[in-house]
Amino acid sequence: MSLSKVGRKLALGAMAMMMAWSVNAVEYDRIDPASSRIDFGFKQMGVGMDGRFDRFSVQLQFDPVKPEAARAVLELQVDSVDTGSVEGNEEVKGKLWFDSANHPLARFESSQLKALGEGRFELSGNLTIKGHTKAVIASLSYVPDGANARIEGRFPIKRADFGVGEGEWADYGLVANEIEVRFSFLALSAGN
Amino acid sequence: MNARYTRTAMGLHWLIAIAIFGTFALGTYMADLRVSPTMLKLYSWHKWAGVTIFLLAILRLAWRLGHPPPALPSHMAALERLAAHAGHLALYGLMFAIPLSGWLMSSAKGFQTVWFGLLPLPDLVAKDEALGALLEQVHLVLNYVLLALVVVHVVAALKHHFINRDDVLLRMWPQTRK
Repeated sequence: MSLSKVGRKLALGAMAMMMAWSVNAVEYDRIDPASSRIDFGFKQMGVGMDGRFDRFSVQLQFDPVKPEAARAVLELQVDSVDTGSVEGNEEVKGKLWFDSANHPLARFESSQLKALGEGRFELSGNLTIKGHTKAVIASLSYVPDGANARIEGRFPIKRADFGVGEGEWADYGLVANEIEVRFSFLALSAGN
Repeated sequence: MNARYTRTAMGLHWLIAIAIFGTFALGTYMADLRVSPTMLKLYSWHKWAGVTIFLLAILRLAWRLGHPPPALPSHMAALERLAAHAGHLALYGLMFAIPLSGWLMSSAKGFQTVWFGLLPLPDLVAKDEALGALLEQVHLVLNYVLLALVVVHVVAALKHHFINRDDVLLRMWPQTRK
């Protein structure tokens, strides 16, 4: 085999690889809010409860083969909370809980995305609720769906870290301190 | 033939009576509370008490099937007997129907019932706002029917004791003498 032949093979190989990469290298740059949701779960006197936030926006820059370049910023309107009952919703918008009048937005800003293989990632970032910022780590799954992708994940937080449920509500035997946040986003690829 | 209820039957009767009074009063009080830790606690306690009454009622019915109550006094007319049996039947029905309506209402409103915070009862109906509101009315109406029947029950017992001077009240009255 001559050198030029080897060179040509290498070049072909490199081209084939680049083509394969370009197929994989989809960049997602936004989400479809209508097909995305943010839920949370907690315990209230031993009873498992679920809640939801209806209004949020996500800025996204995510290429699964370049996790180090990924970036996500989520902003959520805390007054879009649905705890499952009208009375509950009014209560948690109040000063002792989210204080939505003074802190209308909760924000998550990513700092690092680590690929764990097989479509799994670990997302680190800072979560700010009610003026309190805390580092959180979420486990993510990424499942391509045509030109789009389903990105799902969850992470635990403690409401005490964010001053959510103060005063008479700082009784964690009643409404648990541990809250699990779950999200499911339909990420849309750039140009689609 | 024993003219009195068994001690177990008496125990269950009075225990359930006290539990119903307490749970009824708690339910009436808590219904108008604003959302607060106290309110959440009282609702949970009310639900736990309701489940407990339901279980005690099952126990009581099972006991009754094996231990028939003493016969009614012979002076009672057929219509009086019929009224007495119908009243007791209705009271039994409500002891089951009221906790059941509360349990279903709770599920329909999206709050599962977890007995003493430990034992989760299944949600037999899915969360449904309209159904929740309907079951709340059912729960309320059944309780008013219960209140009325309990008044009749107590008045009838007193009438038997003070007017007819028979042993109808005494057969359910725990005795202190040996």
